[in-house]
Amino acid sequence: MIILNEIAQSLQKGDHKMVFELTKQAIEQNLSPKEILDDGLIAGMNVIGERFRRHEIFLPDVLVAAKAMYAGMDQLKPLLIQEGIPSRGKIVLGTVQGDLHDIGKNLVGIMLKGAGFEVIDLGKNVPPEKFIETAQTENASVIGMSALLTTTMPMMGRVTEILKEKKLDKKIKTIVGGAPVSEEYARKISADSYGFDAANAVDRVKALFKFN
Amino acid sequence: MRPVIKFLDEDLIKKIINEAMQILSTLGVEIHNDNVLAMLSDYGMKIEKDTKKVYLNEDIIQRALNSSPASFKLFDVLERETHHFSEYNIYFTPGSAALNILDHSSQKMRKPNTTDYVNYAKLVSRLENIASQSTAFIPADVHEKISDSYRLFLSLLYGEKPVVTGTFTIEAFQIMKELQLAIRGTKENLQEKPLTVFSCCPTSPLRWSDVTSQNVVDCAEYGIPVEFIAMPLSGFMAPVTIVGTLIQHTAETLSGIVISQLDKPGAPMLFGGSPAIFDVRYETTPMGAIETMMIDCAYNEIGKYLGLPTQAYICLSDAKLLDAQAGLESATGATLAALSGINNISGPGMLDFESCQSLEKLVLDNEICGMSLRLIKGIEPKEDFPSQPIFQELLEEQHLLISDHTRKYLKEEQYFPGLVIDRANRSRWKEEGSQTLGERAHREVERLIQEYQPSELSDETKKEMIHLMENEAHRVGQDRLPQRKP
Repeated sequence: MIILNEIAQSLQKGDHKMVFELTKQAIEQNLSPKEILDDGLIAGMNVIGERFRRHEIFLPDVLVAAKAMYAGMDQLKPLLIQEGIPSRGKIVLGTVQGDLHDIGKNLVGIMLKGAGFEVIDLGKNVPPEKFIETAQTENASVIGMSALLTTTMPMMGRVTEILKEKKLDKKIKTIVGGAPVSEEYARKISADSYGFDAANAVDRVKALFKFN
Repeated sequence: MRPVIKFLDEDLIKKIINEAMQILSTLGVEIHNDNVLAMLSDYGMKIEKDTKKVYLNEDIIQRALNSSPASFKLFDVLERETHHFSEYNIYFTPGSAALNILDHSSQKMRKPNTTDYVNYAKLVSRLENIASQSTAFIPADVHEKISDSYRLFLSLLYGEKPVVTGTFTIEAFQIMKELQLAIRGTKENLQEKPLTVFSCCPTSPLRWSDVTSQNVVDCAEYGIPVEFIAMPLSGFMAPVTIVGTLIQHTAETLSGIVISQLDKPGAPMLFGGSPAIFDVRYETTPMGAIETMMIDCAYNEIGKYLGLPTQAYICLSDAKLLDAQAGLESATGATLAALSGINNISGPGMLDFESCQSLEKLVLDNEICGMSLRLIKGIEPKEDFPSQPIFQELLEEQHLLISDHTRKYLKEEQYFPGLVIDRANRSRWKEEGSQTLGERAHREVERLIQEYQPSELSDETKKEMIHLMENEAHRVGQDRLPQRKP
């Protein structure tokens, strides 16, 4: 469909007004919301992600495209719910208890939303229980945790421990990140995944949800 | 404000120039070329026939300086302006005339061939911070009598950028001029839109060979710009002090200016050089020595004081491999040269005392040059006052990544090097193969050569150049030119 291609193109240009307008038109033309999402918005974001990986474009370009994605997504969301189409995936995100550094976590949130995921951002200084309770009530299958301090890092391990104790660790996956965190540390605390930067976090979350 | 560094105050510059003039008038300069001596004699200069020595008085030097152009431009093969050598404008060009190249696969130095040169020309065409080509190394698979012109031929055939070059013989000037005329059409057009710069090197101390002095005259005749490459060696073929070396460098360069300007007033020239200190431990001429670079920056100040555009061999290294020394010496040189405003900065790609080119180093240096070009743009306010709106936005949005201000100024404020300089975090670096700088550089070389787009020079002109070069090969007894990749 030409209009879906136009949505993808406008999204790549970061033209949120045009994406809004075209998504509206596509809905009026009775295209299915899933089709608009997959072949328009997500198709556009996939190109953006690939170009970013190849260093052809930079982070601001990705974020502007993500903003354009929201412009379309906001209109599609009620329709997707109405039709009973599940979201691409729901993630509970936050900076762990004792830690007030949320820049990296915010970036991950923007990028995840840009990739079509539903993000419940709990902000900073989030107690371990809060992550788990929210994931349960919101029916989210991934918890994403961020820490900048070596002193607060153990809180991530606390979350994975509680998940194990409550036998929720098969149902709710965990991904961790932040400057002092490493792949090794993630393994040590039995986190399911680790993202070394925001773009990588999106790839890893996709893998957790078993997308491409 | 464009940042500038200086090593000499005006008084010292005047004293150095005055001293250099005294040397030329009292001790003279040897010029082993009868035509040039005859010309200088016609101007009333005292000549010693036996020693080929000529004594240049202050009046004649001043006369030459008065007609020296303060600036000139270069144009590519398609006649687009690429350089304006003037004031503090800077341009990078690869180090030239290496005998060897560093082979990436074997990590050994070897003699280069036509394929290497073609790859080099393709690579330079893709390097955004390298403004001109240079005839960077000498292909060993052609007769040595055409090894100078053949380099120029390949550069003009594959690349569009202007070329810094030079001849090894008097005869070679003919074909090197013909190749340029094939592109420009007429002598007048070549004069109006110079395509090359010829390096002309006096021999220290205070001597011009037959070949180099004739080159100066021949270039002047065709309006081909020259760069004088005086090479005093501090403590060996020049006084050990930097000031003493500068006096000698100035005297040698002034003698070149006299030859050029008396032959053709207004002929374009660069006040250049490749001086060095002499390392008495190893009997070598370290181009990466900080004192060598200080000499370069200082004679550039003298050239500027005399009202001439300048050149130096400075963004290069004495390392044998693409190692930390190679990076640090080249980057120090590029930075100092940029801050000094040396107009034509020669050196990128070069290792081992100007004797070995490396394509991998060239792509690294291209990124170093990019940083230097950013450096000299300095720090300028851009919608920074009043600052309250941007900070308000920051506090509201909690980041400025997609702010209009960021989007507008990001690429102006920050230079993004290519993939050779590593700025990934460790995890990403590991995920991308834990590559060394050399490996990343090699990957870039391969990618850029792959992306090469042929020169847009007309096929007709290319054919004419091939015809000219084949004839030249025949002239020296070589049946055919080596096979070339498209």
